[in-house]
Amino acid sequence: MKPTQSTLNPTLKMKSTKGSIRKDLVAYLIISPWLIGFLGLVIGPMIASLYFSFTNYDMLSPASWVGLENYKNVLVNDPRFVQSLKVTLIFVFVSTPLKLVFALLLAMLFNTGRKGTGLFTTIYYIPSIIGGSVAIAVVWRQLFGREGAINSLFASVGLDGLNWLGDPTYALTILIILVVWQFGSPLIIFLAGLRQIPLELYEAASVDGASSLTRFFRITLPMLTPVIFFNLIMQTIGAFMTFTQAFLITKGGPMDATNFYAVYLYETAFEYLRMGYASAMAWILLVIIGVITLILFATSKYWVHYEGGNK
Amino acid sequence: MKKRTIRADAIYYTFVVLFGFVMLYPILWLIASSLKSQTEIFGNAASLWPSEFKWENYLVGWQGFGRTGFDVYFLNSAFVTTFVVIGAILSSSIVAYGFARLQFRFKKLLFACLIATVMLPVQITLIPQYIMFHNIGWVNTFYPLIVPAFLGGTPFFIFLLIQFIRGIPRELDEAAIIDGCSTFGIFWRIILPLVKPALVTVAIFAFMWTWDDFLGPLIYLNSADIQTIALGLRNFMDAESGTSWGPLLAMSSLSLLPQFIIFLFFQKYLVEGIATTGLK
Repeated sequence: MKPTQSTLNPTLKMKSTKGSIRKDLVAYLIISPWLIGFLGLVIGPMIASLYFSFTNYDMLSPASWVGLENYKNVLVNDPRFVQSLKVTLIFVFVSTPLKLVFALLLAMLFNTGRKGTGLFTTIYYIPSIIGGSVAIAVVWRQLFGREGAINSLFASVGLDGLNWLGDPTYALTILIILVVWQFGSPLIIFLAGLRQIPLELYEAASVDGASSLTRFFRITLPMLTPVIFFNLIMQTIGAFMTFTQAFLITKGGPMDATNFYAVYLYETAFEYLRMGYASAMAWILLVIIGVITLILFATSKYWVHYEGGNK
Repeated sequence: MKKRTIRADAIYYTFVVLFGFVMLYPILWLIASSLKSQTEIFGNAASLWPSEFKWENYLVGWQGFGRTGFDVYFLNSAFVTTFVVIGAILSSSIVAYGFARLQFRFKKLLFACLIATVMLPVQITLIPQYIMFHNIGWVNTFYPLIVPAFLGGTPFFIFLLIQFIRGIPRELDEAAIIDGCSTFGIFWRIILPLVKPALVTVAIFAFMWTWDDFLGPLIYLNSADIQTIALGLRNFMDAESGTSWGPLLAMSSLSLLPQFIIFLFFQKYLVEGIATTGLK
């Protein structure tokens, strides 16, 4: 685009309606890649998905309208759905807080100003980068297998091995460990947050004779609440979408003990081709995540402290 | 800050090193076991040192199982990843410029939409997108994986770049306008060169996530000759009947190699990218 008369004189352009329409057009042209994607890949599909959720659709024959039947069947007549929701909620509410606690404790440890912090942060971050890969799923399956490394460590101290992935009691725990292991990005965000806390606050508290525990609860934790909130939202939503690990390591089993929502939804849509039913499941998931996010936002005003101007 | 004692330092470093070892153990285990013989993978499962180095695991693994070798999977992954990285850089930089610098009608509403999509679960669009790509004949091609990247498919990247561009002084834009630069000219000559460090961050994230992606290829890539490494490993994993763990682990290690190399070279940008977006 070449410079034209109107862009040469911005003050004049802003006053004329003609110029502002042109300005809008240029702006829309510039954001058009996202706008097209948003309309074509998000809004359009969402409308389609809402429509499909009221139909029976297997992709082979045309969709047939069934009204609320899918929703009724999912919510009332599907024990596997209830099970998948149950394990997903357990997974989300156990793994997310654990992950954040690990991240915060280590961030505080790294924030003591000792040498080598950068190197250790890097090392602790590596699992977060590759943890979702198929390669790590392969590793996990072997580590916790019957003849795997963990059982061999057990044997070396005289304990009997366990059937980690084949036993409903343990399988979910193993997947939680895998996800908690990837606390690298909240760790880095916490570390950056800790470095923003003014040292004067701690100095003033020390002068007043505050113990380190008091300083943690009165200064560190309140000052970090915006960062905790951000991590909580992102990790919670991420945990709801967990798919690859459960799909590959335990295949949703044993006895649906790790049949996460995302796994069950995939199976319903792409293995059984029940697209309408799966669309209803997707919308129920959106409502659940929406409600949880709203609750988090609504309660946040009671515990998230923003400094003046940092809203 | 408190005065530190040698004892406290010793406890700190012991803990940090030991915990770091536990963190890295699964990865070290993978690399070590990829060089073990079949009997040792199971007989000496926990050790991190093969008694005999079986380099041929890598040769055998490279052949793949069945008809498709890992050269095909690697090339496919490289192809998809390259185009996704290019698409992410192009689309997110220009869109971020629009949101960060230009005024237009419904900007607030559209920005709210952008932020909302950062948090939107993929499952909600997955099914209708699949049906759509199926209807236009794109299933079993790379298009469903690549084209969205050119259309701002990862709103997180746009958000990251908006944050970055907001930090660039507006005086630069104004000076360029006086010199007769067009709106697009400002983007091309002023913003783009200055936003380079953030673009590196976007490129690295796009690379890491695409290379790792399993769900997308699982849904869209059916025939073996266009499948990516993630699927190649899955096929291998399903097919192995207890006889080829060594080669499977060898290919698993190899699949992580590009990510490790990128990570080693650019970790500074990754860490900065996470830290800045987290804080807003």
